[in-house]
Amino acid sequence: MKDIIIIVFATIFVENFVLSKFLGICSFLGVSKNLSDSIGMSGAVVFVMTIASAVTWLVQEYILDPLSMQYLQTITFILVIAALVQVVEIFMKKSLPRLYKALGIYLPLITTNCAVLAVAILNIQRDYTFLESIVFGFSGGVSYMVALVIFAGIRERLELCDIPECFKGFPISLVAAAFVSLAFMGFSGLFAG
Amino acid sequence: MKKSFKILQNGVLNENPTFRMVLGMCPTLAVTTSAENALGMGLATTFVLIGSNVFISMLRKIIPDKIRIPAYITVIAGFVTIIELMLKAYLPELNESLGLFIPLIVVNCIIMARAEAYANKNTVWDSFVDGLGMGIGFTLSLTLIGTVREILGAGSIFGHTFIKGEMQPILIFLLPPGGFMILGFLMGLINKITDRTTPIRNCGSCPMNCVERVCEKEVEA
Repeated sequence: MKDIIIIVFATIFVENFVLSKFLGICSFLGVSKNLSDSIGMSGAVVFVMTIASAVTWLVQEYILDPLSMQYLQTITFILVIAALVQVVEIFMKKSLPRLYKALGIYLPLITTNCAVLAVAILNIQRDYTFLESIVFGFSGGVSYMVALVIFAGIRERLELCDIPECFKGFPISLVAAAFVSLAFMGFSGLFAG
Repeated sequence: MKKSFKILQNGVLNENPTFRMVLGMCPTLAVTTSAENALGMGLATTFVLIGSNVFISMLRKIIPDKIRIPAYITVIAGFVTIIELMLKAYLPELNESLGLFIPLIVVNCIIMARAEAYANKNTVWDSFVDGLGMGIGFTLSLTLIGTVREILGAGSIFGHTFIKGEMQPILIFLLPPGGFMILGFLMGLINKITDRTTPIRNCGSCPMNCVERVCEKEVEA
């Protein structure tokens, strides 16, 4: 139980996927323009990452390991994730139309979100159990959500600022992200070991 | 010949993947803690980019339009596996320091974007040159960021320390916040020199039509 709690808090705050591990930066910078978009996108990421952790863990344990085909890990995982995103999209469209309306347009973007593939690979690298993998996938998604929502708030303020022409757009967002990331560094050392 | 040179120049300068297109930000920020790592990452990505561009261009008339994205992903993942195994065998140290970001080349948006926007429509030779140009552009940008971060954060260039004695390097530039900050300032500086801006596109990590600066999804909606 203690391990699980440590994984949750360590992943969200200390090892925040976006701000300290640099995963999912493209969508972090692209989507976090307004609050509702970032909540929609990160909701979809939490959803897919949790399922993807479970499925890729099972694939590794019951297909790749017994056949000793670990070297095919990258190809297998990315294809599993791509297929999974498709399946989730079709399933949602049919049975959860309301959820689909909220998250649907973000789903196709998730296949190429590096955070999802990273979670799948990290689960295996760190020898997590099945439960730990799911928890890690979920809290990884939540850490992405935390970063995105905080940053969307800052972004909305930045819109009103008088910024030098050459810094408008990406550069100032990166500088702002640096300060958010600096703030998150305050959490480091919180869960040593 | 002249056309090839133009494609090359386009990749390195006009449509530089890092500073102009702002694609593939994750490896750009994560591995640029030293110039050496940055160079290694850039070269690995260039290899995958050339390989996938050439292959996808060869297969462009065979791959059905509807399943092109999964087909691209498979081709790209194949090349990534090749470079992954090669690095493990011949450059284990580099492999160790790049770590997770080697398999993550698969989801680097530059490669997907070039497959979708260029290799899909052009001849094998042109796609090869495009991959080379984009790869060089990416490698140069990464090495630039890596060098600046290494000088400020560790007081060395390519591992050769030049700050000694009383002076202390500014460690924060090797840590995540420093990565964001250096990239932001370099991008701003380059914009200032070339008198341009880099607006934010809404398509996030979407590989579709990143180049045309309009996301397909937005057009549909």
